[in-house]
Amino acid sequence: MIDVADEATAPLGATASPATSSLTTVAGRASARPAAGRPGGRRGNGASLRKRLEIAAFVAPALALLGLFVVVPVVRAVQISFYRWKGYGPLQDFIGLDNYRRVLDNPEFVEAFQHNMIIVVASIAIQLPLGLAIALLLNRKMRFQGVLRTVIFVPYVISEVIAGVIWYQMFVPGEGIIDTVLDKIGLSGPEQGFLGTLETSLPALIAVLTWKYLGMAIILFLAGLQGVPEELYEAAQLDGASWWQIQRRVTIPMLGPTLRTWAFLSMIGSLQLFDMVWVLTGGGPANSTSTMATFLITEGTKRSNYGIAAAASVVLFVVALVLALLYQRFIMNRDNTTTVVRRKKVSR
Amino acid sequence: MARMRRAGAGIALAATIALLAACGSDGGSSTSTDDATKGGDAGKKDVSITWWHNSNTGEGKDYYDKVAADFEAANPGVKIDVNAMQHEDMVTKLSAAMQSGDMPDIYMERGGGELVGHVNAGVTKDLSDAAADTIAKLGGSVTSFQVDGKTYALPFSMGVVGFWYNKALFADAGITEAPKTWSEMYSAIDKLKAAGITPISVGAGEGWPAAHYWYYFSVRQCSTEALQTAVKTLDFSDQCFVRAGESLQELLKAEPFNAGFLSTVAQKGATSASGMLATGKVAMELQGHWEPGVMQGITDEIGDAGIGENLAWFSFPAVEGGEGDPETQMGGGDAWGVSADAPDEAVDFAEYLLSDEVQKGFAELDMGLPTNENAVGSVSDPALASLLEVRDNAPFVQLYFDTAFGDSIGGAMNSKIVDLFAGKASPQDVVDATQAAADAEK
Repeated sequence: MIDVADEATAPLGATASPATSSLTTVAGRASARPAAGRPGGRRGNGASLRKRLEIAAFVAPALALLGLFVVVPVVRAVQISFYRWKGYGPLQDFIGLDNYRRVLDNPEFVEAFQHNMIIVVASIAIQLPLGLAIALLLNRKMRFQGVLRTVIFVPYVISEVIAGVIWYQMFVPGEGIIDTVLDKIGLSGPEQGFLGTLETSLPALIAVLTWKYLGMAIILFLAGLQGVPEELYEAAQLDGASWWQIQRRVTIPMLGPTLRTWAFLSMIGSLQLFDMVWVLTGGGPANSTSTMATFLITEGTKRSNYGIAAAASVVLFVVALVLALLYQRFIMNRDNTTTVVRRKKVSR
Repeated sequence: MARMRRAGAGIALAATIALLAACGSDGGSSTSTDDATKGGDAGKKDVSITWWHNSNTGEGKDYYDKVAADFEAANPGVKIDVNAMQHEDMVTKLSAAMQSGDMPDIYMERGGGELVGHVNAGVTKDLSDAAADTIAKLGGSVTSFQVDGKTYALPFSMGVVGFWYNKALFADAGITEAPKTWSEMYSAIDKLKAAGITPISVGAGEGWPAAHYWYYFSVRQCSTEALQTAVKTLDFSDQCFVRAGESLQELLKAEPFNAGFLSTVAQKGATSASGMLATGKVAMELQGHWEPGVMQGITDEIGDAGIGENLAWFSFPAVEGGEGDPETQMGGGDAWGVSADAPDEAVDFAEYLLSDEVQKGFAELDMGLPTNENAVGSVSDPALASLLEVRDNAPFVQLYFDTAFGDSIGGAMNSKIVDLFAGKASPQDVVDATQAAADAEK
């Protein structure tokens, strides 16, 4: 249970962490600054030993926490995945890879995996153009800029569970605000409600996710826009470029690293999506909104198949890892080279 | 791997020491105050018992608090830590508690495959000798809580599932008598729909309320013998299980359910299936004997007058041509289990909960259907009293399938039944999925 819960909550922490925005800004700043030399790097042995001890002392608590709350649960999940285990009593019924077969053969898991993939693609396809457009607009000097930025960021700040409950109430068929509004303008939603109809539940979920996470995309893009040097705009303006041309030729290319980082975070978040789904639909109706995370929670806590749940969590881990590595290899690596080029420019 | 386990043991040991230290200091301080006030009652050591129950609203919660306080007053030195939780929350927490080994001393058992699992894992206490008198008094109802002839829990409420309905709405639709067969039921559904009333609410979003339909159609379609064989051998090849799914499809075709039933929850808030019946938005709901209590909780919370006098009950109608006895019911019970490492006082308290006195109070508040014969007469609600009569006249009460088969098979079965509700699975699919989950357990 603890392991499964950790598997489920750890990713949420990762997606919801406000540290991501500061992380990118720091990275941005670092890239603009010439690489700092390492003082004391080539000094005597005594100093380097002290340095090492210092590093060890400062890093040890963090490593201990990481080990206790990340490494141990992951290793334990792998261990449990080789056993048939009902959640209590000792691990003794070793069944090898049978749990993995039961996960990968399970049409419910395949369905959940497909939903994850749809959400990954839809999140990026919808939020990227929309977030970019709004960020570009908000980046212009205008009245109420601060207020508008705050308003757009509010959904991201609200707890996912609270937001989920609010949306659930709005989606209640017949009486929820969405059906009421549709009714007022002479339209009608599906009879079973948006969340209760097989065909509309996933789109409804994606709409709520867009509402929830668009704010983060915009804030990240805005932060990236701050890093575009003012001189480039001036130079472009002197060359007679229109506002639109400046955006297309200067701003967006300069925003590339931020966009790619955001897409990466969005992809990982979508793969590990759990709490919004759990609150809105619980993965239903009839598994039409299930994700890999809801699948493993259902198998674990609801059906007491902790071995299968552990195997599913390992599969989820591997899927996320492989996609992350592929993304790093084929998409993010461009950023490394551009940074180097820029760094050279700045240092000259 | 071995090293891994040792590291885990080390952590567990450290945690235990921390806990022991906390308990030690706690116990110490309370003893000293006791000494000060009572002037030494040295032989008696202080015992703290944790009790988890699901009567978390209104009068039921107050009553259980009073029961615990009475027991504390009668047994100096015993402290009962009462923890009232919403049912689903309690079930989730209980399974977590069983894994961690940090169990409440007294908790709810529901029998069937679940209990067998708990017994095999050694988390629950054998009460056969410790509570022999109470077990003898409860008679036949304890059989659902026995494994290999030993009794592991004391049933305090045994009920059957049936249709709870709103008499006023039935009258509005011109229905004079509660349906006894499905053809009468279908004509009632038609009349209700013609009168603009939603006939039935079901919380299919949570699985089990929807699954109850399939279970009950199985009980009506299958002979008692076929049911008992299937539960025992986990072989669902009898065609009556497919026919149960077909009966359910026929019901779904009549579209009797509330809008959005696939995403409706069972018992939480006014928009839940129980909330709709409680606030007069639907005419019927298939639910267990706990329904009046659940509805009371919801109407108290939202400040609604509730269904009140209009609530009545009828048993699941007979299926024409079915092999099952229409008198057979589906239901189950709740029992107090005592965890394996609980102190002896916990058994005493569990027995006290089954005493005439406590069971009578329990019955008077309509918190459930008492198992103690001396308390049966105290049930005040007429709807519950009629249900009690059906329970006591039933030749056989089939335990809810998901409980009887255990979480793993039950979960797979319920999920496929919801698929059937959504039009995504056929009657054969339900049987196949159940069989596949059962085979994986063998």
